[in-house]
Amino acid sequence: MPKFEVDPAVHRGLADARLNVEIDNGDMILNLGPQHPATHGTLRLVVRLDGERVVASDVVIGYMHRGYEKLTEYRTYPQITTLINRIDWLSSFANEVPFVHAAEQLMGIEAPPRAEYIRTALTELSRIATFLLFLGEMGLQVGAITPAFYGFRDREYVLNAIESATGGRFHPNFNRIGGLKDDLPWGWIAETRESMRKVLKSCDEFEDLVVSNPIFQKRTRGIGIIPAELGASYGVSGSNLRASGVDWDLRRDGKPYLVYNDLDWKVWTHSDGDSFARYWVRLQETRESARMVLQLLDVMPSGPVMTKVPKIIKVPEGEVWVNTENPLGEMGYYVISKGATGPFRVKIRTASLSNVSIAPWLLRGVYLPDIITVLASLYFILGDIDK
Amino acid sequence: MRSLAVDIWGGWATTLGIKTLIVMGLIPVGALVLGYTFLLKMMSHMQSRLGPMDPGGFHGWYQLIGDGIKFIQKEDIIPEGADKRVFKMAPAIVVLSTFLMFVVLPGGPDFVVAKDLDVGVFYALAVSSLSVIGVLMAGWASSNKYALLGSLRAAAQLIAYELPLVLAVIGVVIQAGTMNLQDIVRFQASGEIFGWDGLGLPLILTQIVGFGLFMIAAQAELSQPPFDMPVAESELVAGYMVEYTGFRFLFFFIGEFGTAFVYAGLAATLFLGGWSVPFIDVDADIMNVVGPLVLFAKIMLVAFLMFWARFTYPRFREDQLQSLAWKWLIPIALANILVTGALKVAF
Amino acid sequence: MGNNVSKKDAFAKHLKGMLGGLRVTLRTMLKPAVTVQYPHEQEAPPTRARGVIALLEENCTVCMLCARQCPDWCIYIEGHKEKRPARREGGKDRTVSVLDRFDIDYALCMYCGICVEVCPFDALHWSPEFEYSESSIAHLLHDKDKLGEWEATVPVAEPLEIGAEVKGKK
Repeated sequence: MPKFEVDPAVHRGLADARLNVEIDNGDMILNLGPQHPATHGTLRLVVRLDGERVVASDVVIGYMHRGYEKLTEYRTYPQITTLINRIDWLSSFANEVPFVHAAEQLMGIEAPPRAEYIRTALTELSRIATFLLFLGEMGLQVGAITPAFYGFRDREYVLNAIESATGGRFHPNFNRIGGLKDDLPWGWIAETRESMRKVLKSCDEFEDLVVSNPIFQKRTRGIGIIPAELGASYGVSGSNLRASGVDWDLRRDGKPYLVYNDLDWKVWTHSDGDSFARYWVRLQETRESARMVLQLLDVMPSGPVMTKVPKIIKVPEGEVWVNTENPLGEMGYYVISKGATGPFRVKIRTASLSNVSIAPWLLRGVYLPDIITVLASLYFILGDIDK
Repeated sequence: MRSLAVDIWGGWATTLGIKTLIVMGLIPVGALVLGYTFLLKMMSHMQSRLGPMDPGGFHGWYQLIGDGIKFIQKEDIIPEGADKRVFKMAPAIVVLSTFLMFVVLPGGPDFVVAKDLDVGVFYALAVSSLSVIGVLMAGWASSNKYALLGSLRAAAQLIAYELPLVLAVIGVVIQAGTMNLQDIVRFQASGEIFGWDGLGLPLILTQIVGFGLFMIAAQAELSQPPFDMPVAESELVAGYMVEYTGFRFLFFFIGEFGTAFVYAGLAATLFLGGWSVPFIDVDADIMNVVGPLVLFAKIMLVAFLMFWARFTYPRFREDQLQSLAWKWLIPIALANILVTGALKVAF
Repeated sequence: MGNNVSKKDAFAKHLKGMLGGLRVTLRTMLKPAVTVQYPHEQEAPPTRARGVIALLEENCTVCMLCARQCPDWCIYIEGHKEKRPARREGGKDRTVSVLDRFDIDYALCMYCGICVEVCPFDALHWSPEFEYSESSIAHLLHDKDKLGEWEATVPVAEPLEIGAEVKGKK
């Protein structure tokens, strides 16, 4: 990732705008959430409004804290993969990958190539599922009902592919340390190829229905601009940062993982950094992922999907940090093992927490409807914030 | 003394009562028809789903009626801090405005409540803005910040959109030379296109700009997407309706779709020739039967356009709506009036 | 002049954007819907779908592995040991474990499938059956008879995709 210098004045400005709920100066304090339709769950946003203009805002998180980092200390490795499915519930498969990679690296084993290819395909499928939901949801948040249904409809094709391979629509729990639970079922490759074509077609629909719509552009262009250096200093990652023009993708620039280096693909960036750019980048990435899956299906090697691992998995002593490019941004696990059946301590770096932390800065001076636009375009999952 | 009572009960009072009842019955029916055809069925199919299919057997036709019955059964909840009287009155005022608009809508040569109202168009547009008073009352009385924001948006929207709405209609009025809705229909039925009088002259042909402006402004008046900021379910949850439950909410619902019905009727009357239909003489008695059906068909056509846009477009922001209204719609409407007036004088 | 042209272009682009959306919705409306009217028509879930866990009681040896490995401890097993006469004449009596209780609380179950995998005697299986909702959360605790009934719905494992390693056993 490129290095950025941040002007300290920017942070001072933020401190000045901090919300003072106690001071009554005639502004209206509005609680958006924790149960508001636009906050995808239980995010609470306290905003100080002057008319409809936001003076200051504060993000209150933690309504859905489930204590995953602590839980992992009391579970064995196979049990943890099923728990961390639930961190970012829209792209569960992508959550499992960095964790099993961490355990595999500590144990010094490697999954067979076929397993890695299938993992890559499923990770990209879950990325498509997540982004399709976003593409629809964002339309809903700016007021159009129909795109949301298209998003749900087309995600179904992807979820069906994930389900027929793994047995779970949302929580695949398909990764095992050292490989995969099972190989793909008969006919999966052909079916998935078909659904990828549908996804590509539906991306064109979103292009017509949402992206090229002048009202949508009016609502999103220039709203919630993340300057690249500030975004990086907040830890914003993934598509949000790429939409600010930072050409940085862990799949390409990070420590090589899965089989991304064998594929022919492109990192999409946009120079504007506003809500529209974030939508656009995600749309392009959905297409790119669908193309990646199509490539993977063509070059899938044959062979086993599981290496030899002991029946009871004990991970040797050591520490490892594995981070991957998840749909929402950078996700990482810092695993400390003391040689037991379960880890000693796991630190989970989730993308949404960092992504949403820039919200108070972005929301200064925008109108009330833009809060929704900005939040929707940052695209967070509550489970990913609160862990 | 006795004769006066007979006069009242046997005369205008009875007529008035019956007419009121009929219109009161027509509003929910219109709302139901629009709600079922467009909200339940057309929207569902546009979103690649079927919508309700089970209630009533045939494509869920009973769904909205069942919903209405359910709403009536619900507990009537009034928030603790609400201004109770105003809170209760608000939905009635919204429906009242719909009712008042309905009475001038002509469905045939004699099929109209307020016959020969010379200021028909003017009256209809004037009473349509009454509903915003109901909305403001609802927002204020709910003692809820979301409701207040929603109702203030509705008020701001009304000011921005009443003007293009009226200005769009003026072109029609200039061309027809009357504000009487019946006469506008007759004018269109008797008009001719370059000497060919087969179709009459639906004013949409000459007032296409006016029609477009009218539809946009009506969309804003009805607070439908892309101008549904007062309701804005993703921002303000449901705007001014957020605290309403049960039959009071039902009133708002009927008001919303009933008004959509009336606006579609107005657009059909002003621009598409209203109840008149080519090849049948406008003053034939049969028109009192055919006329309403023709008008209904035209209403459905206009409503289709309205709801099509509603289910496709995202929502504007309040300030963008204002700038659209003041910077684009009003100047275009004024230019339209100018051109229409000049052509009227020239020919 | 150039400014004029670009303004005209922008207008055309806006118009195209507005009409493009209308076209998409209209086209979708004229196509058949994707809805599956659930109770009337049903989609078959994939063979691997993790719908419900079925128990083949005679394979169970009350080893408790599944109950111990379950991440949220939703399996309740009780058993006792019984003496059975020896199989051969003159041999010692056998001790067998008899399953008294095998309950899975589906209100707690996370459907991870660890229990199915760890079972050394192939007593637990996944079935794609999913229609077992209850009106009360307490009724989701299913006993071994109910779990045994589901055994009939367990599908035969499907063949694997081309390129998969053929396993010798199972």
